[in-house]
Amino acid sequence: MKYIPSPWAIIIFIAFVITVFAISYYFAKRTRSCDGYFAAGGSIHWSVNGVAFAGDYLSAASFLGICGLIAVAGYDGFLYSIGYLAGWVMALFVVAEPMKRLGKFTFADALDSKFKSKGIRLIAAISTLIVSMFYLIPQMVGAGSLVTPLLGLPHWVGVLMVGSIVIIIVATAGMASTTYVQFIKGGMLVLFSLIIVVAIMLRGFSTAPDQGDTKDYHDFRTIQAAYAEGSLISVEDSSYTVIDQWDMIQDDEELTLVKLKNNATGFTSIWKFNREEGLLEETLTVTQTAEGQTLYNGGTMDEERFYQVGHMSEINGETDAQTGPVGILSFFSTIKESTVIRWEKLVINDAEDRITVYYQNPTPGREVLRPGLVFKVDSDKGATATDKIDFASLMLALFFGTAALPHILIRYYTVPTPACARKSTIVAIAVIGFFYILTLFIGLGAMTGGVVDITNNNMSAPLLARSFGIALFAIISAIAFATVLGTVSGLIVASSGAVAHDLMDKFLKIKMADRSKVLAGKISAIVVGCIAMVLGIVFKGMNVSYLVGWAFAIAASANLPAILMILFWKKTTARGVMASVLVGLISSVTLILLSQKTFNEVYHLSHLHAPVQINNPAIISVPLSFLTLVVASIIDRKSKITDESPESSELQEAVD
Amino acid sequence: MGHGPASKWDKDKSIPHKIRLGLWMFFAYLMFYGGFIIINVWSPKLMGMDVGSLNLAIVYGFSLIIVALILALIYNFLANRLERRFKEKEDAGKEVK
Repeated sequence: MKYIPSPWAIIIFIAFVITVFAISYYFAKRTRSCDGYFAAGGSIHWSVNGVAFAGDYLSAASFLGICGLIAVAGYDGFLYSIGYLAGWVMALFVVAEPMKRLGKFTFADALDSKFKSKGIRLIAAISTLIVSMFYLIPQMVGAGSLVTPLLGLPHWVGVLMVGSIVIIIVATAGMASTTYVQFIKGGMLVLFSLIIVVAIMLRGFSTAPDQGDTKDYHDFRTIQAAYAEGSLISVEDSSYTVIDQWDMIQDDEELTLVKLKNNATGFTSIWKFNREEGLLEETLTVTQTAEGQTLYNGGTMDEERFYQVGHMSEINGETDAQTGPVGILSFFSTIKESTVIRWEKLVINDAEDRITVYYQNPTPGREVLRPGLVFKVDSDKGATATDKIDFASLMLALFFGTAALPHILIRYYTVPTPACARKSTIVAIAVIGFFYILTLFIGLGAMTGGVVDITNNNMSAPLLARSFGIALFAIISAIAFATVLGTVSGLIVASSGAVAHDLMDKFLKIKMADRSKVLAGKISAIVVGCIAMVLGIVFKGMNVSYLVGWAFAIAASANLPAILMILFWKKTTARGVMASVLVGLISSVTLILLSQKTFNEVYHLSHLHAPVQINNPAIISVPLSFLTLVVASIIDRKSKITDESPESSELQEAVD
Repeated sequence: MGHGPASKWDKDKSIPHKIRLGLWMFFAYLMFYGGFIIINVWSPKLMGMDVGSLNLAIVYGFSLIIVALILALIYNFLANRLERRFKEKEDAGKEVK
């Protein structure tokens, strides 16, 4: 669909950027030491740090991705909210205080606190960089995707803009400015999400959502039709002529699409045949022509023939209904007793044109409000054992990944004491948990509010905000950018710490004075930022939202077993830790690269059977990493005992 | 330039108790979270069961978020109390000496 950039969005975004620069300038004067640059001098108040945790953690994937997924798939999108929040429980109860006690600048500090091993430094730094890159790419691509609809600028401008701003934030004042940028972003995100939810409740539901009386909902047409086996469908309306027909099996059900020509205008369109009611139903199409042109419902984007979607065909049994304001409970009970029109996607070939068809799928509200529309878990609906394992694996990755994300772990070093680390985690749980509860209302509000751009569900939350007025849209757009800025800043600080502190100082043993190390950190931030910008431009147009889920899986596999075992198993050895991180890293990345999802969406080889059928590796790679650590530590200890020759032992005893 | 791990909090004698408390609370929550996964995998239809005007999926999902916060507050309360108790013991020991 065509987006008209809002000047107010641009003004608010510029105001935000000026504020961010002012903060960076203010803290730049105070950031001279390593402690100041990498850990904000350990002087951040726990309440500020808690909200900054939220600003760091609630990335574009959380705000735009989860709301968008709920808007098209209901409760299944909310599963991410649950998993992302639950991970904080592990961060609080197991990791927060020890991490603060054992480390100083990077999570490798804590990992290496007992052993003083160069190998651990190297592997932990590599792990930090890989996890951060998996996390950075979707953020940068997201920045590029946002800039076109919201500010009317090309994709690469968005990537360069976000990249440059973040480099300035990080390179001037490191963790101090990053913390306050994240604090402002986290606070604004939760506050304005709450405002949207209140607005959704006050508006209520309608079978023809008109965006607050500002835009008529498109009345999707139907035509009476008859189907005869072996021949083309015939239509009763003589103003249309049947040109082509596609019969196929989709999700174990027969599906028939028909191409009709409007005899008056000459336009062609694709319709879906509803067998039960003998009706052809209007669809939405995006056509890639052989000449390289993209047509939306047969017209160019400027012709605006593509509609926003998302409505309920029945509310409490009525096909023409409006509820008025609803409360929290009646919000859900209304959806539960209604029928929601969801949109399924299908790609067909018409001569040399490639047509993506979006057709209506009336779904009982009860199914929208429980898992199963994306993640296949119900055996009666064809879910296999692999589907179920995949679901469990994703939920495990989300749960165990949070407490192992390097850019989250370094935030524990910005507060003065372990007790402050604990308190800031509790504030984070409160803020993040509250936000994730709001995502369900925002997503379902978009799903039923006639605002969804079915070609880009990530825009559901900003488009929902637009239906409440341009001011809210402008603020939400600016927050969406701020979301990217906050998270990318945290990732770049973590990466620059891994390079300057772990690799250069601790692994390569390059002698650096305090100021030189800060300079090394700043240069690392600039280099990592530039790499992130290049990747953001290279990966343009690629569906990379799942990379965040994979970053969690890699972090959970590579980092978490080592962190936990160092804390709770006294027999852990340095080699055990190295082997565990390495095996976790390699196994999780390999399983991802050989998964069906990667075959389909990265290699575009959906016709091939991938060697690995589960898409999330955590259920295999996390236990494997734990096992490796235990086995390697036991072997390491045994070999050390064997190495001690009888002579040396006797000598030792004599000396003693 | 000391970049080694900080050690000024190592005197906190309540640490082993807090670790044990944290582990117990973590496992309690893990059971609760695991229950959610198990129901979804073994009996997904149960998630659609009515619970008042809501259903089990929404009640369980919201509970996972709210219980996390409640447990976090309880943990903080108990950890503060442990820290205070050990600090008082330590101070009393110093006075006796």
